Amino acid sequence: MSDENRITNIQVVGIGGQGVMTASEVLSQAARSLGFDVKKTEVAGMAQRGGVVSSHVRFGKRVFSPAIPQGETDILVAFEPAEGMRWLTEVNEGGVAMVNTLRQKPPVVNIGLFDYPDDPVKYMRDEGVKVYDFDAGAIAQGLGNPKMVNTVMLGAIADHLPFASDTLKSIIVERFRVKKPELADLNDRAFEAGRQAASDSEQAA
Amino acid sequence: MNQMTNPNKPAENTALLISGNEAVARGVWEAGVDVATAYPGTPSTEILEAVGTFDGIHANWSPNEKVALEVAAGASMAGSRAFSAMKHVGLNVAADALMTLTLTGVNGGLVIAVADDVGMSSSQNEQDSRYWGRFGHVPILEPSDSQDAYDMTKAAFEISEKFNVPVILRMTSRVCHVKTMVNVGERQKHEITGFNIDPSQWVMVPGNAKGRLVLQHQRDKVLKEYTETCELTVIEEGSDTSVGFITSGPAYMHVKEACPDMSVMKLGLTHPLPIEKIRAFAKTVDTVIIAEETEPLVELELTAAGIKVVGKDILPAFGELTPKLVRNALRKLNGETIEENKAPAQLFPRPPTMCSGCPHLGVYYTLSRFRKNAIFSGDIGCYTLGAGHPWNALDTCVCMGSAIGLGLGMDLARKASGEDGPDKDKAIFAIIGDSTFLHMGIQGLLDLVYNNGNVTVMLLDNSTTGMTGGQDNHSSGRDLRGNEAPKVNFTELVKALGMNPERIREVDPYEMPTLYRVIKEEIAVPEPSVIITNRPCVLIDTFESHRPLKVIDDECTGCGNCLNVGCPAIIVTKRSMETTEKGKEVEKAWVKIETQACTGCDLCPKTCGPNAIVPATLSDIANLGAN
Repeated sequence: MSDENRITNIQVVGIGGQGVMTASEVLSQAARSLGFDVKKTEVAGMAQRGGVVSSHVRFGKRVFSPAIPQGETDILVAFEPAEGMRWLTEVNEGGVAMVNTLRQKPPVVNIGLFDYPDDPVKYMRDEGVKVYDFDAGAIAQGLGNPKMVNTVMLGAIADHLPFASDTLKSIIVERFRVKKPELADLNDRAFEAGRQAASDSEQAA
Repeated sequence: MNQMTNPNKPAENTALLISGNEAVARGVWEAGVDVATAYPGTPSTEILEAVGTFDGIHANWSPNEKVALEVAAGASMAGSRAFSAMKHVGLNVAADALMTLTLTGVNGGLVIAVADDVGMSSSQNEQDSRYWGRFGHVPILEPSDSQDAYDMTKAAFEISEKFNVPVILRMTSRVCHVKTMVNVGERQKHEITGFNIDPSQWVMVPGNAKGRLVLQHQRDKVLKEYTETCELTVIEEGSDTSVGFITSGPAYMHVKEACPDMSVMKLGLTHPLPIEKIRAFAKTVDTVIIAEETEPLVELELTAAGIKVVGKDILPAFGELTPKLVRNALRKLNGETIEENKAPAQLFPRPPTMCSGCPHLGVYYTLSRFRKNAIFSGDIGCYTLGAGHPWNALDTCVCMGSAIGLGLGMDLARKASGEDGPDKDKAIFAIIGDSTFLHMGIQGLLDLVYNNGNVTVMLLDNSTTGMTGGQDNHSSGRDLRGNEAPKVNFTELVKALGMNPERIREVDPYEMPTLYRVIKEEIAVPEPSVIITNRPCVLIDTFESHRPLKVIDDECTGCGNCLNVGCPAIIVTKRSMETTEKGKEVEKAWVKIETQACTGCDLCPKTCGPNAIVPATLSDIANLGAN
């Protein structure tokens, strides 16, 4: 496909309640503000109850199917490391995974019915995917608000998008200026911290 | 619903990025509809929520889909444009109304949006609502994205009035919950003409209905002519004519993605089918593939019309289509073998769970104490999750309101099996939530009382319709727009059904010892009982948290009892096998409580022998940020 017609496929995955859908909403709005055709879809049946959430954002000149065709995800944004592992086969060759290393064990693991994998990030690397990993939970807490994980994650992918990182950041910051102005500057910092974390992860790898 | 796209305030003439559900709501509002109704149900719920963001239109939650459709139909009879939204199984409930409304026809346009949960992300079955078209002699429109959903909603009202028929807008999850760009317009004024007394149209006794039946069949003929020229069906000629696709709904998008160069006929009005138009299209390509999700309706009808097509032989019989499945279908057609997809990582499942501090946790911990000698007839709502770990205290789930009827049937079978019957020592429970009880459970209870069934009904009143996201209902005290509304009194309602007042108990589900005692008392009595639990859902905005709890590490003995509450805020920190004094191997699990998630409901301390779970101190809470 020619560059002009190229579709960017971003898959955001995690657990109900983590802000996955907000993150994909913000990405969609950013792409839309640049005039792209955008489609966004998710499978999140009973997401509010701690289940698996997977949201697809696709943008380009013209997008047909709202769901990313199997194995064609360019950027996998995993809000939880085992969830990144769960969706890894969706990533295309040359694709990247941006992984929050903060683990969230479900009750079935807590009560001993299942094991949590030893090292999800290592698994992903061994499968040949370029992984950027960092503890977005700790970064958000360090800035004083653990709910900012999704802003940190968006900051982390900002330099991997086919548009300027400021486009994405200004959408987020504006969103807060309208709804919760007292958190606008903090989210600006969370975004930059995420960007830095991804960059540091690349240096370390 | 998303807060960023306020459909009330579109930027001038710019496209909105909105979901299919929001697009339908926008179309409803613009079409000049005055009355819109629904019962919540995934994936349709957000349609009425979005309608409720517009001014100048009545939008309400009904207790079930049948009432919702009747209210909309009444508004239509009185000359208003009217709309009702429901999920696929909802139309089963409303079908009694639909199948006669198709005879009466309409006054103001009447449109029913029905959302099929293709792929079953949150439903008990998978149905193809397009069947209602043939069954009910009603037109079916099938949008494939939000723009279609908006356009077709408006067109549906025109078709409804032009042909004097209710119209079904058939959505699927992959339209409802997908956001795509939509160009919108302004609200039109629709004049309400008033009710016209005309028994030959509205009084469907046999004498009148026979006359309407003739009209219905005449209407079928007219609709067949109309569909041949309907602009909602389009043909896109491709450069590659080896294959032509006939498709509709979101399948169209997958076909375009997979085969951008092939000819495609996109059906908009899918019942009745434009047979002659399709026949002509089929002649322009070598092979016709029918790409339709779930049932082979189009495929069968075209085959019957003598048009040679390929469909379910190369495409799946259920579940969602994807571009890859379409590509694979073409390869199958060419005789190629399809390699298996690369297997994803072997990983624990992450089933949905109940929330931290959910009042149902107290109910299920207590019910699980009765597991060995009980049958738990269940129903549909968050409490269906009681079937899972660690409670395993829900044994059936069929349809809305079924818990009580199934429970009565089990009791009747038990009684018929005699004194040595297989279930003679078991307590039979029926577990049902407030919204489901009001939806279709009341009649079940009426029957249980009337037939003196020995069933203990657990009526879990959490003052909301929880599983669909916390919509208000007839027991929550608020309406769809959040305004104060009358609310049902469950105790009085149950009493009015003829229940012995002594067998109606109201219990705080967080008071587990009391709940346990009350259940024990009620299952000992061989007659119907109703135990109402009365604490609100933790997700509704009036819910108040208490001080969170913590585990004193030195006091925790690793017994793991608290894990049986099933609260996701309780986390295992260490696990090991130990040998007891009697030489028995037991698994120990030490825990902590995630302070941020804990609501301080005080359920888990009641399961803790050594009293190791205590309220967190203020400094524990203040230290959260540093964690």
